[in-house]
Amino acid sequence: MFGKSRGAVVLLPVLLAASSLAQTVKSIRLPDDNALGRLKPAPGVEVVRQNCTACHSTDYIVLQPRIDAQHWEGEVQKMIKVYGAPISDADARSISDYLGRAYGSEAGGGKQAPARPKR
Amino acid sequence: MLPRESWGGASGPTGAETDPALVGRPLVRYPEKADLILLTSRPPQLETPRRYFQRAITPNSAFFVRYHLFPIPTRVDLGTWRLNVAGEVERPMQLSLEDLKSKFETTKVFAVNQCSGNSRARFVPRVFGGQWGDGAMGNAEWSDARLRDVLRAAGLKPGALQVTFNGLDTPAAPGVPDFIKALDIGRIMDDPDVIVAWEMNGQPLPMLNGYPARLVVPGWYSTYWVKHLSEITVLDHIFDGFWMAKAYRIPDTPSGGIEPGATPTRTVPITRMKVRSIIAWPENGSRVPARRPVTLKGVAFDGGYGISEVYVSSDRGSTWNSAQLGEDLGRYSFREWSSTCTPARPGTYHLMVRAVSRVGESQPLEPLWNPAGYMRNVVEAVHLEVV
Ligand code: HEC
Repeated sequence: MFGKSRGAVVLLPVLLAASSLAQTVKSIRLPDDNALGRLKPAPGVEVVRQNCTACHSTDYIVLQPRIDAQHWEGEVQKMIKVYGAPISDADARSISDYLGRAYGSEAGGGKQAPARPKR
Repeated sequence: MLPRESWGGASGPTGAETDPALVGRPLVRYPEKADLILLTSRPPQLETPRRYFQRAITPNSAFFVRYHLFPIPTRVDLGTWRLNVAGEVERPMQLSLEDLKSKFETTKVFAVNQCSGNSRARFVPRVFGGQWGDGAMGNAEWSDARLRDVLRAAGLKPGALQVTFNGLDTPAAPGVPDFIKALDIGRIMDDPDVIVAWEMNGQPLPMLNGYPARLVVPGWYSTYWVKHLSEITVLDHIFDGFWMAKAYRIPDTPSGGIEPGATPTRTVPITRMKVRSIIAWPENGSRVPARRPVTLKGVAFDGGYGISEVYVSSDRGSTWNSAQLGEDLGRYSFREWSSTCTPARPGTYHLMVRAVSRVGESQPLEPLWNPAGYMRNVVEAVHLEVV
């Protein structure tokens, strides 16, 4: 079942050189991105994968309320202007087109209630 | 009248069957965590299932997880981790966890940690952002050093105005602003319960809840509770970083709400939590037999005055009966409530809950709205099918 991803915790005893006190390093391993957050296959999906997965997983995208391509364009511009995502104008247009088609107000599925466009 | 768009209980492992906010959200298991409801994988954001809110204390393993940036710390070496105290202070300090434990008096406080955007998925019109159900909150007993003692040890210079807090999480790209939050000096020095915590519920913090130490700002939304705390900087001016000046702001109106769909003219940073109550049991849509008592359970809390009353209605809000309150764990804590009713006849019953704080603040019957989806606290309802 892909929903059940599991990570792990490791506690390593480490001997400090200066004091002979036993200290601990704590580490965890995070599971991979969850399959339910995968982008729908449609023309343009590759451009979205290339430009929209460096800072966060795609469940950020797929769980949002449905808005049209024009309003998705606003969200893509936010990633560029507010968070400095390095995305060309041409790619930004393809991304908004894809998002408007796959996760737009006409797309169906997922969260249906009308959304307020975000600037 | 039943409030629009209010969803109380949930059924099934996540509640997705009766709660649209949880559709498409699997249960996942992360290190040191129980099965929680996934919001996002990277950075991990995990929601606490509703059934945990029958009890005043949220177990560490079930406590929700919120991050803004990726990468997050997955490995911390206490041999090298230091809490740096710098800026407008007489004696900058680099404190190890041992220093914190040995040099400062320890204190404990039960306090609710609730994300500003808890329940954002229920806003109408819908708003962008983390589409949380109601489980981006939890209550724990936090312990350790008072922040004001730490600042006094460093010695505040006369011009000190604000203090900023930074953690070990760092932006993935240079354009992403680091997650840094600020509090006024007065908020810290006047309140002995603002603490640097390295224990929750008597245990070291789980990694995903901020190991080895986090800020605890009782009564205020989680955005100030900086995790993996590593830098405390005293400023002689007002901090204007992104996460204070641009994000986590609410309309500057008495309620923090505006006309649904409108744009606020002026905004201010979000601070104190609104009074709220949750029906954790029974699950929404439960079938129960007529003429048998049903016990409703949940928790109530507010932004630091404490809960004085919780009322329950079984007739869409025409009449309200006092619920029984559980032990008082202090003014910042979840307060358990319970109420037993016996439905006389078969049919659909709408059960509603409403808390009142010690200063008389209560919950609205109509949800307030703002564009960021913050501070939801509308009266909740669950429906029961009595057969
Ligand atoms: C440079 C880093 C970066 C890149 C690249 C990036 N994002 Fe984001 N994104 C962020 C940050 C930071 C947040 C806010 C995190 C938070 O508040 O928890 C965010 C949040 C979001 C959200 C949640 C709603 C919101 O506005 O907070 C959506 C949707 C989103 N991004 C979509 C995208 C899309 C689509 C792309 C590709 C065009 C993209 N992101 C590329 C950094 C980035």
